Amino acid sequence: MKLRQLTGAEPGQPLKDQRLEGREFKARAFTAFLIILVALFLLSLRFVYLQIFNFEEFTARSINNQVRIVPVPPNRGLIYDRRGRPIAENRPAFRLELVPEKAGDLKQTIAELGQLVELPPDAYETFNENRKRYRVFDSVPLKFNLTEKEVARFAVDRHRFDGVDIVSYQARYYPYGDLLTHVLGYVGRLDVDDLNRVDQGNYRGTTHIGKAGIERFYEDELHGVSGIEKIETNAQGRILNSLERENPVHGDDLILALDVQVQQAAWDALGDRPGAVVAINPNDGSVLAMVSKPAFDPNLFVHGISGDDYRVILNAPGRPLFNRTLLGGYEPGSTIKPFLGLAGLESGAVKAEDRVFSSGQFFLPGVSRPFRDWKRGGHGWVDMIGALEQSVNTYFYELALELGIDRMHDYLALFGFGSPTGLDLMGENSGVLPSRAWKRGQFSEPWYPGETVIAGIGQGFNVVTPIQLANAAATLANGGTRFEPRLLYAVKHAGDRQAEKTIAPVRTQLSVTNPANWDLVHAGMRLVVHGEKGTARAIKPESGFEIAGKSGTAQVAAQAVDEDMDDTTATHLRHHALFIAFAPFENPSIAVAAVVEHGGGGSREAAPVARAVIDAWLSQEGVR
Amino acid sequence: MRRFIPGWIQWPQLDVPLLLGLLLLMSFGLVVLYSASGENMDVVFRQGARLGVGLIAMLVLSQVPPHILRIWTPWLYVIGVLLLLATWFVGVGRGAERWLDLGLFRFQPSEIMKLAVPMMLAWYLHPRRLPPAPAALLTSCVILVVPAVLIARQPDLGTALLVAVSGGFVLFLSGLQWRVLLGMAGLALATAPALWLVMHEYQRNRVRTFLDPESDPLGSGWNIIQSKIAVGSGGLTGKGWLHGTQSRLEFIPERHTDFILAVLSEEMGLLGVIFLFSIYLFIAGRGLYVASLARTTYARLLAGSLSLTFFIYVLVNAGMVSGLLPVVGVPLPLISYGGTSVVTLLTGFGILMSIYGHRNFIR
Repeated sequence: MKLRQLTGAEPGQPLKDQRLEGREFKARAFTAFLIILVALFLLSLRFVYLQIFNFEEFTARSINNQVRIVPVPPNRGLIYDRRGRPIAENRPAFRLELVPEKAGDLKQTIAELGQLVELPPDAYETFNENRKRYRVFDSVPLKFNLTEKEVARFAVDRHRFDGVDIVSYQARYYPYGDLLTHVLGYVGRLDVDDLNRVDQGNYRGTTHIGKAGIERFYEDELHGVSGIEKIETNAQGRILNSLERENPVHGDDLILALDVQVQQAAWDALGDRPGAVVAINPNDGSVLAMVSKPAFDPNLFVHGISGDDYRVILNAPGRPLFNRTLLGGYEPGSTIKPFLGLAGLESGAVKAEDRVFSSGQFFLPGVSRPFRDWKRGGHGWVDMIGALEQSVNTYFYELALELGIDRMHDYLALFGFGSPTGLDLMGENSGVLPSRAWKRGQFSEPWYPGETVIAGIGQGFNVVTPIQLANAAATLANGGTRFEPRLLYAVKHAGDRQAEKTIAPVRTQLSVTNPANWDLVHAGMRLVVHGEKGTARAIKPESGFEIAGKSGTAQVAAQAVDEDMDDTTATHLRHHALFIAFAPFENPSIAVAAVVEHGGGGSREAAPVARAVIDAWLSQEGVR
Repeated sequence: MRRFIPGWIQWPQLDVPLLLGLLLLMSFGLVVLYSASGENMDVVFRQGARLGVGLIAMLVLSQVPPHILRIWTPWLYVIGVLLLLATWFVGVGRGAERWLDLGLFRFQPSEIMKLAVPMMLAWYLHPRRLPPAPAALLTSCVILVVPAVLIARQPDLGTALLVAVSGGFVLFLSGLQWRVLLGMAGLALATAPALWLVMHEYQRNRVRTFLDPESDPLGSGWNIIQSKIAVGSGGLTGKGWLHGTQSRLEFIPERHTDFILAVLSEEMGLLGVIFLFSIYLFIAGRGLYVASLARTTYARLLAGSLSLTFFIYVLVNAGMVSGLLPVVGVPLPLISYGGTSVVTLLTGFGILMSIYGHRNFIR
């Protein structure tokens, strides 16, 4: 019993030999120790393999892991008007970005995000389209311009969304809204089409690009050069710190020749009527105002306009998307007369003192229908000055026949009619400056004398754009120097203190046969405003400075010209009212073309608009 | 002097070399944990407290003579099995029902089995002639398989295998013939396909990922790839303590628990790894030495099995971190953050200490 207790053996069991068992156990234990020794040796070899033989590969991979090279988009250049008022700014905003690779099920993630921030119903499809230009591990913008509420809501739930983050950025903002839309244009989301016209490497971090107007024309200057940043990220892709940074070169600031106050004056003067106003400084070709009305708020396009908003703009009366200053084609009407008068004098077809009798009706041999004066009964005997002052059609019917269509064409072409002015905006319309060759090319038809006659008062085939008309007026005002008009006044490169002034190139320098001819036409135009019988004498300034002008009326419906159109005529059938002017008379610093669609008479409707613009400009310049 | 000390404290009963080895390991572990937790002193203190609790458990157990433990063994085993059954009904935990909530604290019954299974087998074989006869072998297998299956269906395949292995070590140390051992190993391999069928999908994925981690580098392969990058980029001397980019930038998953070895490898390099392995080898070797000093079958088998099981943890964890084995939830003993395994392990070492301290008592 004692022995059993001693060995721990149970009753009925054979006795154990503890000594033998102990020896056996030691052998086993020793074997086990050898086995673990070998196992540990093999395991160590594995670590040697990883840490010594593959050290370089894994080191490279660990560096790749943590370092990401991200583009740093430059700040877009700001735009100012000529007096330094900011007209296109950058404002801090927040956008939501998503790394597709990290986000898991994209559709579901976007659906869940949709509960925190407002997303359009097609957000997933749009996102899928946008991400094509990014690499899978890049962060792709999902929603721009988050509200403060959305930012706060997302911040609370951020932990639920791997690979989704809020990024601050500079959003374009146009403080003057629709006032400058047709000049500035706007920026919008960079899309695949845009990428084909830019250096893609430079746009890697860029989300917006100029889509229209100045923003598009000067895209390269405004955009700047993208920088690069090496950043350390953690496993969730969150940025921890910046290791190395090559700073971007920010975009150039642009100073436009435009004066917001003059622009505003033109805008206000047009009122509710669709129309266009262009004002150019005849001394340097800089564009002082450029209004096309109606317009739209460009800020709507910056963050991606919704389909509904876009349809509203598209279908709005007066076609706000249509830039009348560049694309609007109008009959010049009587505004062509000063140019033709000059053509007659300079070519010697007429002399200043030559007089024509206006009976109210002008007949062309073999044509029974009369060409009429706007004043019943006619103006009597008039010379060049008088013909301009009172806008006597008969005088210019005669002059046109004297010149012939081709000489008219050639001389008007010198003023820029029939071709784009070369303004620094895209998509300018050429207008139409007819000639025999043009008509043959266009219609395969010969030219008829009747067409020459009405061309003498700017009707028929003639089509001009407001920018052409304004530039021609400026050329007339400065004595024959035709600039390519410039909206850009100066460029301030990033980091520079001084802006670099833009010089508008001269397109044509007209050869002046006799300066007295120019003075004569100027004098006629002065009488339009200041003469006793001047058609626009209503806008005559009381004092301080003098204005030279010329009214015009463009036919809408086929109807005899009659500047005293009835107020009862339906609006859409009323003629377009035109007016060109420059001031001050002695030393002009502004030339204006104003078009009021369906305004009726040029002197009554368009002249006051031109006057308002001139007033605004001259008060800014300190002339009055 | 000596008689004023209560009788149950008998000097010297502590295995001083083993204790020093453990203390060195734990201190080293806390240093690594400080870095792995992102210099979080809270985490280090909490782990230090657990180690303290474990050490107290170890000291208390070292005073309990092995024959007392042997008497308690069947009860411990039965209670362990019953608790495992209880997790079927009242288990809490994320997906895997391995925890029992006891109000004050939660614990995993499977942890008890890590000790109870080798104890039970040692208890069963203690009075028998070794190597065990076929009938005894069969009974041993039942003692081993029942808890293993219960744990496997929690599901916690890693622990189940480790529990089975700890039992297997008892059989190995009992002097089982090599051909029988090989036969059993062959049988285990043959059941592997069947195991695949009863596996959960996430377990299958782990195996798939293990076989080809690069197939899904951001999904299930992430852990293995990032861990290997961490280890490999450590090189010979490492990136320096607190300077491991993989761990500090959170590329290493579970970096202060199961994958803490990756942090150590990255920051201290191959030299650090070899140093750690040396400590482990010393502790396991010392454990086997203690086992060979023991005078009773129960003590021998138990001490040997505990030492080998301890070492198996190291092998499995290091194999996992270095991409040799699939990702199974096995912590690096006494280094990984976490309470349960610390207490279990130190309790085991308490048993070893007891066996050492009572090696001259024949009972």
